[in-house]
Formats: sequence, structure tokens, C-alpha cells
Amino acid sequence: MTELLSGQDLCLFRGDNCLFKSLEFALNTGELLVIEGRNGSGKTSLLRGIAGLLEFESGTVHWSGERVEDNYQAFRADIVWLSHRVGCKADLNLIENIRFESGLRATDESRLQAVLERLSLSPLVDLPLRSLSAGQQRRVALARLLMAKARIWMMDEPFTNLDKAGHTLVVELIAEHLADGGGCIVASHQALEVDGRTRQVNL
Amino acid sequence: MWTFFHKLASPPHFYDLAAKFIPWFAVIGAACVAYGTIAGLFFAPADYQQGDAFRIIYVHVPSAYLSMMAYMVMAISAAIGLIWRIKLSHAVAAAAAPLGAWFTFLALMTGSIWGRPMWGTWWEWGDPRLTSELLMLFLYFGYMALRAAIDDTAKADKASAVLALVGAVNIPIIHFSVEWWSSLHQGATLVREGGPAIQTGMLYPLLAMIFGFTFIFGALILGRVRTEVLFRERRSKWVRKLVLPEGDQA
Amino acid sequence: MSEKALNMPSLSSGFLSVVRRDVLLAWKRPGDVLNPLFFFAMVSTLFPLAVGPSSEQLAFSGPGVVWVAALLAALLSLNSLFMSDFEDGSLDQLILSPQPLPMTALAKALAHWLITGLPLVLVSPLVAITFQMPAQTISVMMVTLTFGTVSLSLLGSIGAALTVGLHRGTALLSLLILPLAMPILIFGARTVSLAAADDAVSAGVYFLAAYCMLTLTLAPFATAAALRISNE
Repeated sequence: MTELLSGQDLCLFRGDNCLFKSLEFALNTGELLVIEGRNGSGKTSLLRGIAGLLEFESGTVHWSGERVEDNYQAFRADIVWLSHRVGCKADLNLIENIRFESGLRATDESRLQAVLERLSLSPLVDLPLRSLSAGQQRRVALARLLMAKARIWMMDEPFTNLDKAGHTLVVELIAEHLADGGGCIVASHQALEVDGRTRQVNL
Repeated sequence: MWTFFHKLASPPHFYDLAAKFIPWFAVIGAACVAYGTIAGLFFAPADYQQGDAFRIIYVHVPSAYLSMMAYMVMAISAAIGLIWRIKLSHAVAAAAAPLGAWFTFLALMTGSIWGRPMWGTWWEWGDPRLTSELLMLFLYFGYMALRAAIDDTAKADKASAVLALVGAVNIPIIHFSVEWWSSLHQGATLVREGGPAIQTGMLYPLLAMIFGFTFIFGALILGRVRTEVLFRERRSKWVRKLVLPEGDQA
Repeated sequence: MSEKALNMPSLSSGFLSVVRRDVLLAWKRPGDVLNPLFFFAMVSTLFPLAVGPSSEQLAFSGPGVVWVAALLAALLSLNSLFMSDFEDGSLDQLILSPQPLPMTALAKALAHWLITGLPLVLVSPLVAITFQMPAQTISVMMVTLTFGTVSLSLLGSIGAALTVGLHRGTALLSLLILPLAMPILIFGARTVSLAAADDAVSAGVYFLAAYCMLTLTLAPFATAAALRISNE
């Protein structure tokens, strides 16, 4: 079990308010890290800060033992980001979106059919994303996650727009990813239970 | 040495230190301007070409010089704020912009007034310097508009810093382009300050005015930065201590 | 670190992916290409209508009018450069992709040029003819417009990145970019006028080419910085 990500002494302000100070976290392979807190407590900001979308006031994040700033390209190749927005172009269909992704980061093309089957997306492959329902679009976003060859999944409110079956599906996918040796950081106001090692950060 | 800079970057220390400098700058500036104005208006000899009309140079040149210096102050402090993440530096950039815009406007106005007896028109598109001053005014407006459009102060600081640096790279290009354009424009009258060799009688008041304006700019910007600092740090203890009466320090 | 070890596709693959995606998106929405073109044609028509159709005036003001119209058409289309990416979350993905963000910014700007600038350059001779500009000036006009529109796409991408997601971003974008675009306008229009007068045009063309190189090399870094800031 190796350390994937860790953060020390993280501090973030929103305007004049201090969201958190001297915050620490660690994520090892096969672990799930859940960031919990009420709405507005800074869960999304913390997750975005770890990913590198916003700057912390102070503190460092380490990836595989080195500071993220020292090797940010390798870090970004090793993470996949999923937020409450789809992250794909609505005018393009699923295949076109996946093909675009594979030009930017390493994807496992061979898994495409299996992933589509798993997420029940096969009949929807040729439709532009704007014709799909919100739940279907969320599953397209999950397909992007599954296709990417990245060890760390970072998910902000992954259960948005999903029904009970979808909820169970996401939990299964996370469990499988952890079993494969990946790591997962989830920010959610809903409780999340997965077999295996779970850590928590409370804001 | 580093501790000095470190202290300087701390808002409460800067607030106190600046307060000490402002009266000095103001007094020196006023004295220089007073000397420059009196000497320039009454004692400097009249220009052999332009007569007394040239005397507006004593306001026009310092304004133009300061308009560019203010932009440099803005761009450099924006860069420092962006690279070393010093909030006070961003406050300096924010304070410099309106001052720079006013100096630019003053330069344009005095340039236009000067142009009236020279060219017969209130505005001459063929004059390169006037046109590039106008474009610089637009750059200032753009900077201030961008700051105003972004609500979050930190984000506004960073975005406007990028803009200030992009503008700084472009300013020499703009100057050169406009000069090239006007030199092609047949029949434009090129205005040169003071004639080929400026006499000392004209030079000293001019230098005094430039110094005076610079010191006044210094006093004004320190004052503005103090206000900026108070606003940005309004929630902190040291500001509350300053502003609220003794009993109210909740 | 080699790209294989980094587990990511090559830089050129990333660059081309972004360009291909944006061109494909424009293909699906022809308005993105046609609207700026129509705008360009219409603005060019405004001047003869407003100022009067005398031949001399038209030929004299032709270069300036074509250039101003091209500038305005480019500004109009720049606002949406990053808008849809910002709104659907693709911008997060672009910033977090292992590809260097300046490279992605360059790809976006060049895709923008392919979609708006290049068609404009190709249509410009038609407008030039209506302004009775002599034939030898048209080639010069197209060369200057090419360099100019590329520079505008790059310079404009900085402004678009700074104003993405802001209320009333278009007006602000124009205010930010127009002063910076003045050198392009001055040299572009003046060079074409010189061509019409049978004067040497090489100085102007070289300047525009140099400015284009400058924006090609520097603008992507400014755009990348601005994108990170705006996306926070």
C-alpha cells in the first residue's frame, strides 16, 4: 500500500472568511477519502484546491512523495476529475467526446465496449449529449472516468441527478476501482459507505 | 534587509510607515511645483517660435511623464503581487490606476490646449504622442473596468495583474506604431518640446515641475494605498482597533 | 520525462485534438462561421451607405473600412471562445489535462482563427471589389488580413480568458482588446493604402508578421494564466 496523495497545512480563504486552516489529509492506494460537511463549508473548494483548479493560501500537496508543483504534468496525468457539471460538449456525441479525451490523456480504448455495456449507454452512442437526460449525461461523465488510465478519481457530488440504481452503480464502480489499486476522493454532503478502507475529512 | 521588505509587505506596518512619508512628500512636492510654476510662468524666457503659448509645457510634460510612470508602478507592483503573492502589492497597483488615468487625462487636456494655437485644431490625429496617450487612457479604463467587473478581490487582483502586464508589453509597440503612422501622414506638424536645445532658464522650472509632480504622486498614492489597505483588511483586528471606539471592540 | 512514462498522448496529438474538436463543434453550428462573416459584410456596407457612394471616397477609405469591419467581426466572435467550455465544465477538464495549458490555449486560438479569421480573409476580396480597390491591393490586403486576424485571435484569446463568465463580458472584452489591437489596425490599413498608392509595402508587412510572431509566442502564456484565474 503506497501513498498516492497527501496534503499538509492547507489553508483557504473565500473572500474574507477562512474556510479551513492547517488541514491535513492522506490517501493511499485502495482507499476512499470522503470530504464531508454542510453546504458552503468548502468541500468543493478543498477538492478543487487539491486537484489544482484553485490555489491554497498556504500548504502543500504531495503526489507519490513529491510536491505537485515539481511534477504537475505527471500528477495531472494520474488524476481524473468529475464534478456536478458534465465536462463534455453537449453538441457532440459520446464517441466524439471520448475520442477528444483520448487525445488529451491516456485512455484505454479497448475497454470502450465493456464500459458502455456496464453503464447502459450502448444505444445512446450516436446521440448528441444535449438529447440525453440528466441522468444519462451523468453516466457519460462516469464513462469518461472509467476509460481514463488514472489512479486517482476526484469526484465532486457524484450522486447528483442519479436515481437509486445509479447511486448503487457509482458505489460499485468506486469499490472496483479501489480493489484495482486506485484511490478515490469524494466530496459529498450525502453519506457514503464503501467496503474497504475509508477515511474522512470533516469541514 | 529582507526583514525590512518583509515588514513593508505587512499591511499594518505599511499603514504606519506611509503615514510618516505622506506629509514630507506633499510638502516637497508643493514646494517644487510652486517654484516651477512661478519660474515657468514669469521668469522663463518666451520661446522664439511659440511665444508664451509653450508655457503649458510645464504642466503637460510632467503629466505625460507621470502617466507613464504610474503605469510602470502599476505593472511592476501587479507583477510582484502575482509572482510573490503579496497582497499589498496588488493594493498598490489598484491605487495607481485612477491616479495614472487622471494624469493621462491632464496630459491630453493640456496637449489639446497647447495644440489649439499651434495647429489651429483642438485635436490632431496626426500627432503620434497625443494619440498614443489617448490609447493609454483606454488601457487604464480597461484595467479599472476589469477590476470593477470582478467581485472577489483576490480574483480581481490576479486578473487585472495579467491585463496590466499584457498592456505593459504592448505600450512600446503602440507608441512605435502610432509614430510610424503619423510620419507617413503627409503634412502633419511634429511638435517638439521647447525647440532644439532647451535653455537652462526653461529647463530648471521644467525639472522642478517633474520632481514636484512625482512627489505629489508619491503622496497621493501612499494615501490611496492606505485607504485600500483599510478596506481590504477591514475585518482584521488591527483595523477594528483603529476604527472602532475603545468600548466597541467585539 | 518522456510522454510514454508520463502516460499521456504526445503534445501534437493534444494540440490537434483541441483544434479538431473546436472545428467539429463549429461544423455542427454553422452560425459560428457565418454570423461573423455576415457581420463583416454588413459593417462594410454601412460606410458607403452613410458616407456616400462617390468612387474616390470609396477607393480611398476602402482599406480602412475593410480593416475596421474585420476587427469588429473578430471581437464579436471572441466572446464565446471559452464561454461554452466554462459553462459545461470542459474548462475544468482542459486545465486539469496533462497537456500544458498554454499549448491548449494556442490550439483554441488557432481553431478560432480557422473558424472566423480564415473565412473572413477568403471573403475579403469580394468586399474589396465593391469598394473599387485596385486589383494589386487585394493580394496585399489578404496577406495583411491573414497576419492581422491571426494576431487578433491570439490577442483576443487573452481578453476572452480574462472576461469569461463575467456579466456583460462582450463590452468589457472589446474595451480591453481594442487599445491593444490598434497597432494591427494601423499597420494593416495603412499598408493596404500604400499598396493602392503603389508605394513599398514590405515594411508594413514585416511589422505585421513580426507582431503575429510575438503574439504566437507570448499570448498563449497570458491566456493560460488568465484561464486559471477566471476558472477559480
